Amino acid sequence: MKKISAINDFVVKFANVNGSGSASANELFARAILRMGVPVSPRNIFPSNIQGLPTWYEVRVNEAGYLGRRGGCDLMVAMNPQTWDADVKEIEPGGYLFYDSTRVLPKSKFRDDITVIGMPLTQITNEAYTDVRQRQLFKNIIYVGALSALLDMDPKAVEQLFGEQYKGKEKLIDSNLKALHMGRDYAFANLNCGEMGLKVKPANNVGKKIFIEGNNAAALGCVYGGATVCAWYPITPSSSLAEAFQKHCSKYRVDAVTGKNNFAIIQAEDELASIGIVIGAGWNGARSFTATSGPGISLMTEFIGLAYFAEIPATIINVQRGGPSTGMPTRTQQADILSCAYASNGDTKHVLLFPEDPKECFDFAAEALDLADRLQTPIFVMTDLDIGMNTRLCEPLEWKEGREYDRGKVMTAEELEAGKDFGRYLDVDGDGIPYRTYPGTHAKRGAYFTRGTTKDRYARYSEEGPVYVDNMERLVKKFETAKNLVPLPLTRKAQRASKFGVLYFGSTSPAMNEALDVFDEEGIHVDAMRIRAFPFHQSIMDFIAAHDHVFVVEQNRDAQLRSMLLTEGNLNAAKVIPVLHYDGTPITARFIVSAINDQMALFNVTPLKKVAQ
Amino acid sequence: MTYLTKPKLHHPSLVTNKLGYTRRDYEGAISTLCAGCGHDSISAAIIQACFNIDLQPHRVAKLSGIGCSSKAPTYFLGGSHGFNTVHGRMPSVLTGANLANRDLIYLGVSGDGDSASIGLGQFAHSMRRGVNMVYIVMNNGVYGLTKGQFSATADKGSKSKRGVINTDSPVDMVALALQLGATYVARSFSGDKAQLVPLIEGAIAHQGAAFIDVISPCVAFNNHPGSTKSYDYVREHNEAVNRIDFFHHREEITTDYAPGSVQEVVQHDGSVLRLRKLHDDYDAHDRIGAMNYLQEHHAKGEVVTGLLFVDPEPDDLHSHLNTAEVPLNTLNRPALCPGAAALDKINASLR
Repeated sequence: MKKISAINDFVVKFANVNGSGSASANELFARAILRMGVPVSPRNIFPSNIQGLPTWYEVRVNEAGYLGRRGGCDLMVAMNPQTWDADVKEIEPGGYLFYDSTRVLPKSKFRDDITVIGMPLTQITNEAYTDVRQRQLFKNIIYVGALSALLDMDPKAVEQLFGEQYKGKEKLIDSNLKALHMGRDYAFANLNCGEMGLKVKPANNVGKKIFIEGNNAAALGCVYGGATVCAWYPITPSSSLAEAFQKHCSKYRVDAVTGKNNFAIIQAEDELASIGIVIGAGWNGARSFTATSGPGISLMTEFIGLAYFAEIPATIINVQRGGPSTGMPTRTQQADILSCAYASNGDTKHVLLFPEDPKECFDFAAEALDLADRLQTPIFVMTDLDIGMNTRLCEPLEWKEGREYDRGKVMTAEELEAGKDFGRYLDVDGDGIPYRTYPGTHAKRGAYFTRGTTKDRYARYSEEGPVYVDNMERLVKKFETAKNLVPLPLTRKAQRASKFGVLYFGSTSPAMNEALDVFDEEGIHVDAMRIRAFPFHQSIMDFIAAHDHVFVVEQNRDAQLRSMLLTEGNLNAAKVIPVLHYDGTPITARFIVSAINDQMALFNVTPLKKVAQ
Repeated sequence: MTYLTKPKLHHPSLVTNKLGYTRRDYEGAISTLCAGCGHDSISAAIIQACFNIDLQPHRVAKLSGIGCSSKAPTYFLGGSHGFNTVHGRMPSVLTGANLANRDLIYLGVSGDGDSASIGLGQFAHSMRRGVNMVYIVMNNGVYGLTKGQFSATADKGSKSKRGVINTDSPVDMVALALQLGATYVARSFSGDKAQLVPLIEGAIAHQGAAFIDVISPCVAFNNHPGSTKSYDYVREHNEAVNRIDFFHHREEITTDYAPGSVQEVVQHDGSVLRLRKLHDDYDAHDRIGAMNYLQEHHAKGEVVTGLLFVDPEPDDLHSHLNTAEVPLNTLNRPALCPGAAALDKINASLR
């Protein structure tokens, strides 16, 4: 048997039972490696359940900094008897199995092409602790200790983390240290650490990067971007976003003098009310947002049409999960692209932003609030479970000191008093964006009636055909204006000119970056463009025009973004090739490379010579 | 429906209120509802109430859902911002608007289809939250715009114009509002302006969730024999528990009342509701008593009207949320953005 041997480049997977306290121990393990200067990307794979069902925590250790899911597992920490068979099966040949050997298992339960490391964890904890809860929690710390020994990790990194986590609670620091070292000591004394071929070696590849969940970063973006009203309804995987907003507001938005809140958060009765509250607040001049997921968007759709047609700012953060219907609530997908882009009955188009990581969740959340005010329309931030609920290494968050909010075109009492012509739906600047007034601005001027029915340039109800068309055309013009206001796409050119291009967006980014490096190494030339927003900027259409074959990589079944590209760009469908991954797991570089290689092989086929007549 | 502007000709001798506004300044476009529609009487009562208490029209935001009732805000307070939202969802939009600017007066106008059928959930939750607003339901028991289907407030056994008997139990919105914690609950009749106008005045002065259910006969589809929401039926079965006089501030009682027949309520803003009790046993401060009274009389087929419950010291959503005294929509970057230095600290904590 050839053992896998790797330094700073492997995947560890923890198989646990939900609610057993394993999550924090596993995160401790990941953070300790980060502290050693080695990038990691952990992913929670969890059920829609609170206690008792299987849950996994997958940590990719990668010194080169690839943060996409790799696939496969080199070391399985098998702590859940329920999933034992599948977990053991998943280990790569030559890989390692670490398990609790308190209870002897028959030989048939193992494989002979892997290295098995057993440690009587239950026995050790039961001997050391009497309290049931302590036994459960410290068992997790003990196995982290043993792993740190096996993988040659620096115990100081873990010790330091304990110190930070339990600052001021010295008792907890001591008890955790004790458990950690109990695990390490046992491993050194009883396990053959030398037979473990996976090792962590100190490196210097983390730098100033931060480790944060996308939902937390998006919530901070809403705080920095000036959102004052948040209305939401609990739904996985978005709930932690609204909860993080609450937490940050409690810290940063309470007036020091009055003790009053410069924010209002409503946990509404459903998503209909959430978006209704957001729209009401936006209509009345407050920056407002909601966070939801696919089923929530389905419910909000009527209101989204109202906000589009009545032209009311609203920011909607959609942390996408697997659909349709209740779908896969705890798995990831990019499958709400169409349902958001064209949400509502009638003809509508909405602005979508596609963040690639927590850093862009922060940036785009703040940007969305500006865009909503500027464009007076709903703006969607299309994040997903993979970015939203996993802690991800990314560039530090930045805020330019003195950056002001763009409140858009709002006519003031002074302008109204001076007799400036106010038509709520009048395009005075030629960009399709009219002026609005906040309710209560002026005693005699500027009041108007907002409605979801059709109206003329002065907001007067009218079902006249030409008046309706005039307004609809202006809305198209406004959408054109949006093209140059939204984040532009980013291009990565291949080393040599290529007839192949690839388009991708959102959470596909880390896997795609890795795949592109693989292509570079293999001498396969593919130009890449990351789309960051809808409406599509002209440069996206130019990119497609400049290549013979363009792959569109997406995490949904129906190639939703591709459909939009075809429709909006009036493209030849044969030229635009879907690459689709939608089983609910995050897309991997392995998948992208393999799928694109397969397609390319078809294009590179040398045509058969014509048979001589 | 087309948009009709009213000619802006004022008679020079029109009476003005303390702000110098005439009653006309509180009007809106010409109504396109059917002649004799109860809703127009309610619009007129709103206009009268706003004029009487010297409201600045532009400091009112009027919001509605969809339906005949929800069209009504076009026909009053033309100087106010209005918002005709989506069917049954006015309460959430009003809640958001209220959160954005606590300084305006929020007038929610809805109907029985809009609030008791499609929008029952939002109605209930806005009451629960104690949104500071005046929520008026123009209740005719029927869908007018779609030509005469029963709504959820139609009484069991009542007959539609086409002769169909309603077999479903009715939703009593007043009973719901009482149960859900509304702090000002009234019922009135569109044909009884003397009762309705002061009820609206009192509701506007009330600093909490004020709900008024106004029975408003539909002349086109629900004003026939067999209907329990017709002018005749309501007039015959109207059981007023009190009549109120509304005063901006406490004024001396000059009229002679029989002992025990007047209940005076001083609201938080200093305004006074003087309840001339028509039933000595009725106490408008007793929520549970009101609920019982309502059910007992409903069982007898009586329509109980008047100010049924009032809490003179209500709290509202803003007090629950401890929001800033200044409107949230006036806050800008300095008050809202923690700044670059704070972000550096946040970054440092995430390493």
